[in-house]
Amino acid sequence: MANLFAGVGTSHVPGIGAAVDHEKTQLPYWKTLFDGYGPAREWMEREQPDVVIIVYNDHASAFSLELIPTFAMGVAAEFQPADEGYGPRQVPVVEGHPELAWHICESLIMDEFDMTIANKMPVDHGLTVPLSIMCGQPEAWPCKVIPLAVNVIQYPQPRGSRCFALGKAIRAAVESFDEDLKVAVWGTGGMSHQLQGERAGFVNEHFDTAFLNDLTANKERLINIGHTEYMREAGSEGAELVMWLIMLGALDKDAKEVYRHYHVPASNTAAGLIILENPG
Amino acid sequence: MKQDRQYSDIPGTYVFDPHHSMQGYQLNMFCMSLNNPDNRDKFRQDEVAYLDGFPLTPEQRQAVLTRDWLGLLQLGGNIYYTFKLAIFDRRSMQYVGGAMSGVTEQEFTDMMITGGRAVEGNLYTSEEK
Repeated sequence: MANLFAGVGTSHVPGIGAAVDHEKTQLPYWKTLFDGYGPAREWMEREQPDVVIIVYNDHASAFSLELIPTFAMGVAAEFQPADEGYGPRQVPVVEGHPELAWHICESLIMDEFDMTIANKMPVDHGLTVPLSIMCGQPEAWPCKVIPLAVNVIQYPQPRGSRCFALGKAIRAAVESFDEDLKVAVWGTGGMSHQLQGERAGFVNEHFDTAFLNDLTANKERLINIGHTEYMREAGSEGAELVMWLIMLGALDKDAKEVYRHYHVPASNTAAGLIILENPG
Repeated sequence: MKQDRQYSDIPGTYVFDPHHSMQGYQLNMFCMSLNNPDNRDKFRQDEVAYLDGFPLTPEQRQAVLTRDWLGLLQLGGNIYYTFKLAIFDRRSMQYVGGAMSGVTEQEFTDMMITGGRAVEGNLYTSEEK
């Protein structure tokens, strides 16, 4: 049977991807951030998951205001890097896992999570930057990827409690898949940041540290953070952190933190990364 | 539609809620069109003519042409969409952040390097300095 063994939470700031693509990771501005990614890359090389479910948000690339799915899962065999206005990122095509993705969609819908199912979904920095963070610049990505796009741009975003429950249902779906696969879930976005308005540049290290701590110490508090609290305390774009709660919901209650890294700034954002593993 | 919203007292923040989304739909879809390289070429050749293809309000049209980054948000723009116009101009998020908050790109970048905009004084409109 498939085994969901670990979760990763990470920011997906486009500037991080651009620093990789343009070989700027050792410049003074980026060095501290990328040095902290080293142990995460080593973890990824050591663990070699077969499939990673990447929870991310689309930034007006595959979707626009014409169609705003709250939860959309990609079931295709491959996903092309999107053109976000610069031309597509020169990164490998993302390979999907259609059988597992369809199995998860079927299981989730029977479990009353009414997913949008996507057979064509170009993937933007929200998905490809976490791959660059965790894998560097390989010829091909070292794992299959199932994209799970969450609307966090149009208010109201799904609530944290709903995201956590979806994570639990994903866990059940994965572990009822009849093939030996090692599966991880990555929740991406955040941490605190505000891109817009006169308050642009708002960062709240205290909020972020408490969030990282409570991924293991007090899940109940995180699950119950409301929209206004996110926007006020973590910046208007900080509500992306609900996507980390899908990852959290997919793990055991007593999942252990094995690594974390936090740095301000990455572009206009506080960048965080955490790795959580199920026991045994 | 719900009028009394808890988040209305967050300073300097334009929440992309249903009201905002209705107001900005055409503006944001213009920005979205710049994902397509052919459209970028057409917009580069003649901005005014290209904008004729989108039913924007005169205020929205003016804000696009003058790159009024804060005005675009106030007229219904969402930052992920309006930033596509900044990408078109080869402007950075630090430039746009500075333009929206009244400082230069370098001053904004320096603020981020020293830990970002402070929490204190920026949580509630009532405590704005």
